[in-house]
Amino acid sequence: MALYSEKVMDHFLHPRNVGIIEDADAVGEVGNAKCGDIMKMYMKIENDIITDVKFETFGCGSAIASSSMATEMIKGKPVSEALELTNKAVAEALDGLPDYKMHCSVLAQEAIQNALENYRAGKGD
Amino acid sequence: MIYADNAATTKMSEAAVNIMTEVIRDNWGNPSSLYMHGQRAKEVLEKAREDIAELIGASPREIFFTSGGSESDNQAIVSAALLGREKGKKHIISTAFEHHAVLHTLEKLKKDGFEVTLLPVHENGIIIPSEVESAIRDDTCLVTVMHANNEIGTVQPVREIGEICRRKNVIFHTDAVQAVAHIPVNVVSDNIDMMSASAHKFHGPKGVGFLYVKKGIRLSNLIEGGAQERGKRAGTENVPGIAAMARALKDECAVMEKNAAYLIKIRDRLIKGLSEIEHSALNGDPVRRLPGNVNFCFEGIEGEALLLLLDSKGIAASSGSACTSGSLDPSHVLLAIGRVHDVAHGSLRLSIGTDITEEDADYIINSVKEVTAYLRGFSPVWRDLMTGKAEHII
Repeated sequence: MALYSEKVMDHFLHPRNVGIIEDADAVGEVGNAKCGDIMKMYMKIENDIITDVKFETFGCGSAIASSSMATEMIKGKPVSEALELTNKAVAEALDGLPDYKMHCSVLAQEAIQNALENYRAGKGD
Repeated sequence: MIYADNAATTKMSEAAVNIMTEVIRDNWGNPSSLYMHGQRAKEVLEKAREDIAELIGASPREIFFTSGGSESDNQAIVSAALLGREKGKKHIISTAFEHHAVLHTLEKLKKDGFEVTLLPVHENGIIIPSEVESAIRDDTCLVTVMHANNEIGTVQPVREIGEICRRKNVIFHTDAVQAVAHIPVNVVSDNIDMMSASAHKFHGPKGVGFLYVKKGIRLSNLIEGGAQERGKRAGTENVPGIAAMARALKDECAVMEKNAAYLIKIRDRLIKGLSEIEHSALNGDPVRRLPGNVNFCFEGIEGEALLLLLDSKGIAASSGSACTSGSLDPSHVLLAIGRVHDVAHGSLRLSIGTDITEEDADYIINSVKEVTAYLRGFSPVWRDLMTGKAEHII
């Protein structure tokens, strides 16, 4: 049996929404290099809808796959819906993660929340 | 597949597979039985003991068969500690980058009231003998220093350390799991009192190893039971595995010099090629290292992702990143030579065998170059380094 599901490997080997958005409306970053994981999310938001999202990740295969899947799951969605995305939903969409890798999906959830919190704070909400 | 993880395990040699299956099929008796079929198995066992003893400069009575390197390390260290305690000596000297079979055994002894000094291994990953000498106290009962490090491959000045221990009358154990059959090891000229080895690191089978114990040093049992191994290690002997181990060791020692010369050539080709990657650094001394060991850190990337991408290109290697160890901290070996966490996460170990060609080495170099560039392309750590928001460490 392989270490990861086919879906994790697909998102790791062919990550979606990789890169940065220069004029992003929301930017979030979580994790630290000391622990071996950093996730950064960039979003364009129009009328409370996430019209574009990109990520950069320093981390293991499941961290990269979780970032990729999470960006897919919030693209085109209202901010309120994106804020409700759970790490469990990300892991399930990837057909599961090994127990000791669940924190990678937590990072993805937190990166999105961090970006959106920064966005709301910036807007003075 | 290009297999570059021989420090993890090796492929069994044909000769070892053959003798193992032959013993399983034809010589399956219990060596402790008195009838002919048992005694034939006993002969196989004792011949293996003689062969192994000769190859490392020991006498057959000084060789004890075990389940492998971890058991040998455990038994050697616990035995020396118990001997020390009898004399009121409860201080042990080791190093910061030993295998966990050694470090965790020492942790356990600490709970039993032993004091442990872990010597620094310095930036080049090599122990300084004079530091061993100054660390020895009146109550030191054991010095345990590995022969060659399993991650960064650095070869320790075992002979000098052994000479100091002899002079100071302290037992010297060495975990030689990565050294035996790869570089010359002789327990007499290297002044070794106890030595651990494991068959699957030199093209023998898994689950079998040996412990050399110099005559006069009393072993304590980890496993109680029958009178096997002169009462020091109970349990019916793994005769097929032991026969295969002896065969593999004999074959590997016969070609050691030739193999080492070849491996050093390929190793140095890999080191040269991988050094071309910007902000990379070789871990461990460039010369005083195992012929087949290459270990690098690459800034801005994480090791597990690197390994998975190399795997997708048909290259099997290893890393000291936290994600590959299942813990939050990266390799204790890389931290011990002074690599900071951020950099230690991005490590790659290639431990090559003689089946690797120059073309394979070039393929590895190109693949690592490609994969590090790819991962750095979307690494926020790398972006910060490139935009000057963070400072390069290597």
